[in-house]
Amino acid sequence: MLVKDAGEKMGLKLLAGKTGTDRELTGVYICDLLSWVMAHGNKGDAWITVQTHSNIIAVAALLELSCIIVPEEVEVEEDTLQKAEDEGVAVYQSSISAYGIAKELYKMGIE
Amino acid sequence: MEDIKYVFEVEKDDFVRAGETSSKIKKTLRELGIDSSIIRKISIATYEAEMNIVIHSLGGQIVLEITPGTIKITASDRGPGIADVELAMKEGYSTASDRVREMGFGAGMGLPNMKKCSDRFCVTSSEGKGTYIVIEVDLKAGE
Repeated sequence: MLVKDAGEKMGLKLLAGKTGTDRELTGVYICDLLSWVMAHGNKGDAWITVQTHSNIIAVAALLELSCIIVPEEVEVEEDTLQKAEDEGVAVYQSSISAYGIAKELYKMGIE
Repeated sequence: MEDIKYVFEVEKDDFVRAGETSSKIKKTLRELGIDSSIIRKISIATYEAEMNIVIHSLGGQIVLEITPGTIKITASDRGPGIADVELAMKEGYSTASDRVREMGFGAGMGLPNMKKCSDRFCVTSSEGKGTYIVIEVDLKAGE
C-alpha cells in the first residue's frame, strides 16, 4: 500500500514531505527511543513516535522508513518539517493514539 | 574499485545537523552500488557513532574508507573519553543527560548497535583524551 493511500484512508494530516508519499508502506514500528528504532526498524515501516525534533528525519531517511506519524495531535517543530521536505520524508499527524493508528493500519492489511 | 577516503567533521551538541554525516556516507555507498544490506549496517553504525560524538564528546570526525574488500568507518573525538569501556558496551548503560534522554537518545545502545553491525569492531578510549572507534564491514565477493 502506498503511504498516500494509507494517509488518505485514515484521514491523516500531511504536515510535510509530500514527495515521500509515493513510498510503499509495508510495516509499522512504534518507539520513541531513536537507537532502538535504528536497531529494529525496517525499510518501509511507518514509524509512530511522539519525538518531533529534526533528528527523527535523519533516522527515517537512513532506514528508508515509509513515513513518520505523530499521534494525538502532537505538534512538530518547523525545522523538522523543513528537513522532511528536503529529505522527502512524509510526516503525518493523527488525532488518535499510537495503538489506534496501528489498529487502523492492521485493518488495511498491514500485518 | 579504487580506494576511497572521505573525512567528515562532527560538531558537539549540533542536534540540527546531526545525522548529516551518516546521510552523506549512505549516499556515497549507494552511488557506488554497494549492496543494500551492507549500506544498512554502515548507516546504523555510522549514525550511532555520529550521535555519540554530538552527545558525549567535545567534537570529532568520522572517516569513511573504502578498499576493494572492506568498508571502514573510523570515529574519533577530542574527549573527554569513556571511563569504563566495558560498562559502556553493556546494552542499557548510558551517561546521557536528562535533556538528551527526553529527545529519545541515551538508550544505552550506541556502542552495542555499532558492534552488531560490524564484522570487526574496536573501541579504545582514555579519560581526558578521547575515544577512537573502528568499524569494519566486509564487502561480498564481486563488489
